Amino acid sequence: MLYAIETSGITKRFDDVNAVNKISISVKPGELFGLLGPNGAGKTTLISMLSTMIEPSGGSALVWGYNVMKDADAVRQNIGVVFQDTTLDDRLTGRENLDLHGRLYGLDGKTRKERIKEVLSLVELTERADAIVKTYSGGMMRRLEIARGLMHHPHVLFLDEPTLGLDPQTRMHIWDYIKKLNKEEGVTILLTTHYMEEADKLCDRIAIIDNGQIVALDTPQNLKNSLGGDVITLGLGNPGDVDKLCNSYQKEGCANIITQDQNEVFITVNNGERQIPHILLLASQAGIPIISVSLRKPTLDDVFIHYTGRAIRDKEVSVMEEVGYKMRSRRK
Amino acid sequence: MTLDRAAQTVYTMWLREMIRFSRSKSRIIGALSTPLFFLVILGTGFSSAFQVRGGGTFDKSYLAPGLIGMSVLFASLMGGVSIIWDREFGFLKEILIAPVSRFFVSLGKAIGGVTTAMIQGILILIIARLIGIHYVSLWGVLAAIAVMFISGIGFIGLGIAIASKIESHEGFQMVMSFLTMPLVLLSGAFFPISNLPAWLKILVYLNPLTYGVEALRYCLLGNSIIPIWQSIIVLVIFSMAMIALGGKLFGKMRA
Repeated sequence: MLYAIETSGITKRFDDVNAVNKISISVKPGELFGLLGPNGAGKTTLISMLSTMIEPSGGSALVWGYNVMKDADAVRQNIGVVFQDTTLDDRLTGRENLDLHGRLYGLDGKTRKERIKEVLSLVELTERADAIVKTYSGGMMRRLEIARGLMHHPHVLFLDEPTLGLDPQTRMHIWDYIKKLNKEEGVTILLTTHYMEEADKLCDRIAIIDNGQIVALDTPQNLKNSLGGDVITLGLGNPGDVDKLCNSYQKEGCANIITQDQNEVFITVNNGERQIPHILLLASQAGIPIISVSLRKPTLDDVFIHYTGRAIRDKEVSVMEEVGYKMRSRRK
Repeated sequence: MTLDRAAQTVYTMWLREMIRFSRSKSRIIGALSTPLFFLVILGTGFSSAFQVRGGGTFDKSYLAPGLIGMSVLFASLMGGVSIIWDREFGFLKEILIAPVSRFFVSLGKAIGGVTTAMIQGILILIIARLIGIHYVSLWGVLAAIAVMFISGIGFIGLGIAIASKIESHEGFQMVMSFLTMPLVLLSGAFFPISNLPAWLKILVYLNPLTYGVEALRYCLLGNSIIPIWQSIIVLVIFSMAMIALGGKLFGKMRA
């Protein structure tokens, strides 16, 4: 088996929208692979198909060598899934949740006991294991879910937005656990996130996904390098000037890549600090007032804006997101 | 899936129901209080006012099997539709993603729910004995427990079938009031079904709970209007049909 996860042209259609549109990815065993994209980009739909929760409308996928449609039970036995929303039984204790999970996956009593101990210590929940889950904090619940997903020694672990809604400190803790279990347990991990920093810090490789399609796929470093040089961000007083300014820069050929977002223009150049005076001069010649300038190394945000033409924002509600929201509320 | 795995799945789901049941003492007290109020207050009030035609008093002894049937109905329907709660709070996904047969999952859930229903039924049985209701024999009491099991399985299957189709917990409230009250009132739990007008008789005889109550009455008090073998046949067919339906719809259910 060459790949832990391999999809070819996998597609999911809801009504008349392709939530996932012909996605082909290959994830190597032991890899920590990230799907990065805004809410509603199709990340959760992709994970749901790979974890056999929903059937693809087209294409195919192998997880740990098993076909997700024809061999769903074998896939299920080999994967662990941590969903976006909690799926714990909050009337049971942490230990009971783990124990029931072990039973459902056919582990015998001795194995369950040992494994519960292991996964509890991995996520540092040993002390609270016998408390009712209802009394747990959000971060503890997420850790318990990760522990539960690992109970049956899965080869592939799916994490859907593992740190959504957690405070920054807890988020960093969860990152540590994810890295640790990827390294210590050798689990292949596919995680989705819309946090750039999360994808950047954690993942070996990232697929940027937008409107159900992959727009870029590489290591975080290569993605950032692909933009070339430094990023100069220009803040404009008048959003109407954005196009005009971009055009004049393009005409002068003074930047490798120019992108825009609302009233900001991003210019990627080599030797950024030496280019600033020239760039400002061009702006003033064009009669466009600039209210702020900054210079930095490219981040994944820049990569994302470059490939999708917009920034990831929580408030942004695209058509896809509305569809996703409707699907979720219909389920409730 | 191997037989071993199937048994493990059923046991796991049963175990979960038992742990949850043991943690919800207020729910148990609440579930017991309604039939007991009926038994003590309504039973005492009735016995001073009515005589059943053809001898015998219509008193709390007459009500007891009906109230046991009622609490088994409530508990097992609740056990079935608790799947709606599992979906609401997310645990359903954990079950649906597991590499086990959905049918055995729902069977385990059903047996768990029936166990809680039987525990409640048996508690009422005991309390009724303590307040002076006499049962014909110990064998009758044991047979009554078996009847609770069979009818409980039927109603829990119905509950699972409904829960698999209902998308929201708002719908649940409606189903519960549209289903439980007619089932209870049309079951002969509160009145003898011997001299009913035709329209009412048809409804009563179409109601599966009627046969449960009649069978319980035969087992506990030694007399019933519907022959016991007839009740048993109807109950067994009803239960098998409902658990098959529940298992089938649950199998198709999406999280």
